Amino acid sequence: MNTYVPILVLGALAAGFAIFSVDMARRTGPKRYNRAKLDAYECGIEPTPQPAGGGRFPIKYYLTAMLFIVFDIEIVFLYPWAVSFDALGLFGLVEMLLFVLTVFVAYAYVWRRGGLEWD
Amino acid sequence: MTLAAGHPGFMSPTGVEIAFVLVGIATLGAALVTVTTKQLVHAALWLVVALGGFAVEYLLLTAEFIAWVQVLIYVGSVVVLLLFGLMLTKAPIGRSPDADSGNGWVALVVAVAAAATLVWVVVDAFRSTWVDLGGAAQGSAKVTGAILFRHWVLPFEALSVLLLAALVGAIVLSKRGAPARRSLLSKSEALPMRGVPSERKARES
Repeated sequence: MNTYVPILVLGALAAGFAIFSVDMARRTGPKRYNRAKLDAYECGIEPTPQPAGGGRFPIKYYLTAMLFIVFDIEIVFLYPWAVSFDALGLFGLVEMLLFVLTVFVAYAYVWRRGGLEWD
Repeated sequence: MTLAAGHPGFMSPTGVEIAFVLVGIATLGAALVTVTTKQLVHAALWLVVALGGFAVEYLLLTAEFIAWVQVLIYVGSVVVLLLFGLMLTKAPIGRSPDADSGNGWVALVVAVAAAATLVWVVVDAFRSTWVDLGGAAQGSAKVTGAILFRHWVLPFEALSVLLLAALVGAIVLSKRGAPARRSLLSKSEALPMRGVPSERKARES
């Protein structure tokens, strides 16, 4: 647990700097509101799809989120596998191949059904 | 893990145990603010605090790997996706009066019942086992990998099927009634449309 003390110190420093900066900006900076400040940033994309009804999201975001989370979970399992790979040997390799293959089937299905296209 | 006999007990808490309780209280507070605030972006940011608190709790219990998975997947992905969703959909800035669904009491009952079930299951399963919090991490990536890929092979492989089912379900829900794929025919039909202006130019000249 002592190995985390430097990370804790770094986190405290970062939090202190963030709070100090935001607080100083609030105390010393002038506050002049105008419409442009609330728009999307110059190079940011315009928030196009209007939320319908009570601020509902278009379902495209749900699909993107699901794709992202599923492959995120897949990748996360590669870490403990890679770390203990030499101890697991061929058995571990076959296991991981089966796992990746199943998720790859999902990937192929999503691709085939046009899930990777935005419109 | 050792049995309870060699443990000093609850009356002389160690520094780690005190830290665990304090972080738990902060996490609970952040979670309460998350579900009660009317400002969506604030709710997402308080969710970061709550999920980060969970990561710290895992870390204090020497479950290193789970702690960083918590940070990567929950804080790093789920909340970022939420914030992107808010950013890209012109969600109203400031308070949204319709953020409360009016099911507060039902939600409270469900939450308390779920928490009671979880506490009961965990206490029942680990009745007299203690984790040595001072020693080497018992949940590091190496230890987790060795145990997961040796003793929990079937659940691990079943997980891949679960991920497959999740993606298929997402496609079925979101692409309801849509054609499987734009066929080559419709693309070739679209081609002459692009050629229209040049044809017109050719006729004029």
